[in-house]
Amino acid sequence: MKSLAELQAIRDKARSRVTLREGQDDAIRVLVGMATCGIAAGARPVLTTLVDEVAKRGLQNVMVTQTGCIGICQFEPVVEIVEPGKEKVTYVKMTPEKVTRVVNDHLVNGNVVTEYTIGANSK
Amino acid sequence: MRELSLNVMDIAQNSISAGASLVTIDVCQSSAADRLVISIIDNGRGMSAEQVARVTDPFFTTRTTRKVGLGIPLFKMEAEMTGGGLQIHSVPGEGTTVRAEFVPSHVDFIPLGDINSTVLLLITCNTDRDFVFHHKMDEREFTLDTRELRGILGEEVELNTPDVVAWIREYLEEQTECIKGEKI
Repeated sequence: MKSLAELQAIRDKARSRVTLREGQDDAIRVLVGMATCGIAAGARPVLTTLVDEVAKRGLQNVMVTQTGCIGICQFEPVVEIVEPGKEKVTYVKMTPEKVTRVVNDHLVNGNVVTEYTIGANSK
Repeated sequence: MRELSLNVMDIAQNSISAGASLVTIDVCQSSAADRLVISIIDNGRGMSAEQVARVTDPFFTTRTTRKVGLGIPLFKMEAEMTGGGLQIHSVPGEGTTVRAEFVPSHVDFIPLGDINSTVLLLITCNTDRDFVFHHKMDEREFTLDTRELRGILGEEVELNTPDVVAWIREYLEEQTECIKGEKI
């Protein structure tokens, strides 16, 4: 059974490798649309996968956050990636499988997965 | 929505937008009474009586970008479809309580679904808020309170630290098995 004592051990371990995460200006922000439209279209598993993948790969410079409806409900689930100094990338009709690829190609290696972007799907 | 737990995520999002620092999600299942009651209780800015009266209208929203808001009307419809209903109690400056009652044996009942995923995401994606999750199934129940977790973790260790996320996920799974009677 999970005990609170285990949580104490996690705390001690985490404290011992304190990383400076505060005030990161170069952080990549990943926004997932979690309004009624996004959730109904399947945004929850998309967000879960994103959070898991980012944690699994230990991407310290990536911040995954939720956002509301951005007005393109027909394209939900929508994931936006905002990197300082670069143009925002909007991925549409996302699935957990597509997320895995976006994390690998875009967040880790810096290559936009063009085929999942709104530009390639807006016809 | 395919799962009621998705509605919970949606409604809790309203609490977050209302500036709540504490959101309580209470799920109470009773097989004897054939009832499922889901409550979302927050200490956000609350609503006036006039706003409460209009909030179940799909064409009412506080958003300024467009004129529809479907979250509450959908949840209400899903409850009413089973012979249940939805009530909202709100006091400006104090908070809002949304309570939906469902009849699980009804053919139109939408399953609760993966409520643990909803709770985990709410906690890990909103580390600046506190959440209390209480799940009761007949005689058994459990509670997860992020204030209690914070008390142990201290200020430097965030609730979205990977190891902490894994702990919360497993804790929720284990406790759910226990209240279902699958694990003792």
